[in-house]
Amino acid sequence: MRRRTRVGEALATIRRRGCLSVVLVFLLAACSTDSPSVLSPEGESARRIDRLWWLMLWISLAVLAVVLGLMVAAIVRRGRRDVEVDRTTPPWGDPFIVIAGVAVPALILIAVFVVSLRDLDAITEQGDASLTIDVIGHVWWWEVRYPGGAVTANEIHIPTGETVRFRLTSDDVIHSFWVPELAPKIDMIDGRTNVLDVRTDVPGTYRGQCAEFCGLQHANMAFHVIAESRDEFDAWLQNEAEPAESDTETASGLDVFLSSSCVGCHTIRGTDATGTLGPDLTHMASRLTLAAGTIPNSREDLARWIEDPQSIKPGNVMPPTELSEADLDALLDYLETLD
Amino acid sequence: MASYAERLELVWHEGTGLSAWAGTVDHKRIGLRYLYTGFVFFVLAGLESTLMRVQLAAPGLEVLSPQTYNELFSMHGVTMMFLVATPILSGFGNYFVPLMIGARDMAFPRLNAFGYWVFLAAGVFLNSAFLVGQAPDDGWFNYLPLASEQFTPTLAIDFYALGLIFIGISTTAGAINFIVTILKLRAPGMTLNRIPIFVWGELAFALTVVFALPVLTVANVFLELERKFGFHFYDADGGGDPVLWQHLFWFFGHPEVYLIVLPALGLVSSIIPTFSRRPMIGYTYIVLAELFIFVISFGVWVHHMFAVGLPTIALGIISAASFMVVIPSGTQIFAWLATMVSGRLVLSTAMHFVLGFLVLFVIGGLTGAMFSAVPFDQATTDSYFVVAHFHYVLAGGAMFPMFAGLYYWGPKMLGHLLDERLGKISFWLMFVGFNLTFFPMHIAGLLGQPRRTYTYASGLGWDLHNLLSTIGVFVLGAGILVTFWNWFRSRAHGEPAGEDPWSGDTLEWTTTSPPPEYNFTTIPTVRSREPAWDQPELIGGAQPPEDGGRPLTDGHTTLATTLADADPQAIVHMPHASPWPLFLTLALMLAFYGVLLSSWMVAAVGAVASAGTLMGWLWPRGETQET
Repeated sequence: MRRRTRVGEALATIRRRGCLSVVLVFLLAACSTDSPSVLSPEGESARRIDRLWWLMLWISLAVLAVVLGLMVAAIVRRGRRDVEVDRTTPPWGDPFIVIAGVAVPALILIAVFVVSLRDLDAITEQGDASLTIDVIGHVWWWEVRYPGGAVTANEIHIPTGETVRFRLTSDDVIHSFWVPELAPKIDMIDGRTNVLDVRTDVPGTYRGQCAEFCGLQHANMAFHVIAESRDEFDAWLQNEAEPAESDTETASGLDVFLSSSCVGCHTIRGTDATGTLGPDLTHMASRLTLAAGTIPNSREDLARWIEDPQSIKPGNVMPPTELSEADLDALLDYLETLD
Repeated sequence: MASYAERLELVWHEGTGLSAWAGTVDHKRIGLRYLYTGFVFFVLAGLESTLMRVQLAAPGLEVLSPQTYNELFSMHGVTMMFLVATPILSGFGNYFVPLMIGARDMAFPRLNAFGYWVFLAAGVFLNSAFLVGQAPDDGWFNYLPLASEQFTPTLAIDFYALGLIFIGISTTAGAINFIVTILKLRAPGMTLNRIPIFVWGELAFALTVVFALPVLTVANVFLELERKFGFHFYDADGGGDPVLWQHLFWFFGHPEVYLIVLPALGLVSSIIPTFSRRPMIGYTYIVLAELFIFVISFGVWVHHMFAVGLPTIALGIISAASFMVVIPSGTQIFAWLATMVSGRLVLSTAMHFVLGFLVLFVIGGLTGAMFSAVPFDQATTDSYFVVAHFHYVLAGGAMFPMFAGLYYWGPKMLGHLLDERLGKISFWLMFVGFNLTFFPMHIAGLLGQPRRTYTYASGLGWDLHNLLSTIGVFVLGAGILVTFWNWFRSRAHGEPAGEDPWSGDTLEWTTTSPPPEYNFTTIPTVRSREPAWDQPELIGGAQPPEDGGRPLTDGHTTLATTLADADPQAIVHMPHASPWPLFLTLALMLAFYGVLLSSWMVAAVGAVASAGTLMGWLWPRGETQET
């Protein structure tokens, strides 16, 4: 699913090296390059966080080594239960505690604090953005709105090499917008708008997922960010902003859509379907997944989803739709033209 | 001397039978009840987590429904925090604080009994939600607006809010009792700088409770007003703010984490000198560190909210405070290490658990320090990395000391030694199982797995880590069961413990195992920080009067001393057993169920009955005022 360029390959090698050191450090941990990993950063912010992590990890390992070393020393010179109690106080005791237990930790922590503040500053202020995208969280999917009227769901295209500004909010409970490979996460809260700047130079598909518990289907609330060159992006956005094309061959499918319960919740721009409870379906055929990353966007999966969404994602807002086989086929034919 | 003991026996014996059982005010019986009840809830919460781990053993399993999973993880957290960690550590405190300071009971024995009954009632109240299939399902953090009437219309959240208000009564009563006991009932000569560190830990815990818990209660009262009467504290559309809940909750919630760890650290501090065969090095630093943690814990709550979108300046300040709180923890760790290295370590089972604790707590502390760095926190918060971190700090930092406490103090409480070989088997199973369960979660979190998800997709590189965690939880559980088996077997068949099986340094080792109802035949005069090591005349809990022991055989009394120097100040009359605390608890429980079901008549009856039982409790009888 991951599209990768030459630059991407080069970075993947670095990531595998990073992955290797994780293996060395962390027992026999298997690292998969398919993971939406904080440790395989492809965005500017994520890269800073990755560097901060490695800095803190090495410091932590050094501290852990000192502690374990002292513990081993204590164990090596262990005694027996009937050893006489030692009532002397070693002269090095208090200075040791002040130096090792107060002064050195304070110096290390101040240093890390300063580095982390610098990173926080860099992540928060990234200058002017070339594009602002609104993302609205719903139980349990993502509404994505572009300037110029393009509306999509659960999939966000961005241009590479530019700072993209996300304006994030929620329509109901709190969600959290997290694309580990690109940026830190930030919450989406009804009544507030949070801003997250994202910039990546590496084209690819990056998985994101809701990171704030948001109820029954919090587990199935994923999305994808597709980073592509400015030209590809412009072409995509232009297409996305246009209304759906009508086609006489599939007109019967549109009729099914308009005469069933679908129309109550979904919009297909350019038709009479203007529902707003569910995702905008104007260009749904171009998307990678259905139901916010829950199932692939294939004809069979789409059919299952329309007929029995509750078995795929129990508790979600979409009701089952009973259709005759002919109607379902017509509907699927039609929906597949919406690219 | 025997005549002292005989006279005390007459005055202090509570008798047997139902009325003594329901009315006991003996801090040792109450302490044991806290421990046993706490461990019952521990098993319950452990089963909840085992079910969750089975569901997560592989991607896409359907062992549990999403609803059940959400209820289990919510109740696992609520139970572990409120019904396991706090009560068990209070149980140790209840049993051992009076013994360690040379008192005959807690300052308010009936309040102490009341605290236990309310804890039991609130635990039953919370878990009764399972019986009606409406267990809290929005996490122990219970964020709004998800927990509002609109999104969770069942009784689940009412069980949560009222249950936490209810148990808050217990915790607060216990905390006030600890504070007064520790400040006023210390044996003569136990000046502030001779208080055992475990007792300091319980004091820091109690102070934290008194300042933190009211905030949680207020938050939950607001929530119930909103859910039951349409107020708008947390409702953005009504002019409220859902983020207010987060501030209130974490202003309580972070101190809550420390108030669990503080007595656990104190427990560790009382075990290390005994098994290092030397006094603690850096006593003053440890005590100051515990008190510093108590203070600074109120300045770090926003680090649970770094991803909320608060102003950068606020993030910076809280980040600095969060880094600062690492220092007192480090101070204690290096004081322990200095003591262990300069002493001669005895590798008893209790010491195994302490060493295991040290490894886990340091790892959890290091990842905790990482969360102080705002950008890293923003990347990894709400991922499995956090789950790994706080289990190292809380389960490693509190559960391992609890088990160390069972092995260290078990012989004192049971009168029998626990089996050391079984204890070490239990330790190794628990230590390996713990790391197998929680270490892979660090990696799963870094690889992008969010927490609180009932399932996950395959092909994201998380499968192996989750499988290892699931295997680990069974190993961990087996280790825990070995200790339970060991406990009950030793209780029946263990070797007699004698007064002082470990040659300990503090006062509890000078009396018999288990101690008599009056704890000490004579209330000792203390002349050292390690009285059991330095004052051989204390043996048998009966310091002769010529050495300063005070029999106080005239009436049901203990000795009050001055706050700083512990000079004798007054003889305190202690109340006898009473069923009124139990009656008050039952009346309160009725009131809480009434509010839960919005049956205002039932609630009113419960409230009136509470007032009535309170009057019965306080009604003056006989020549001494008993409260």
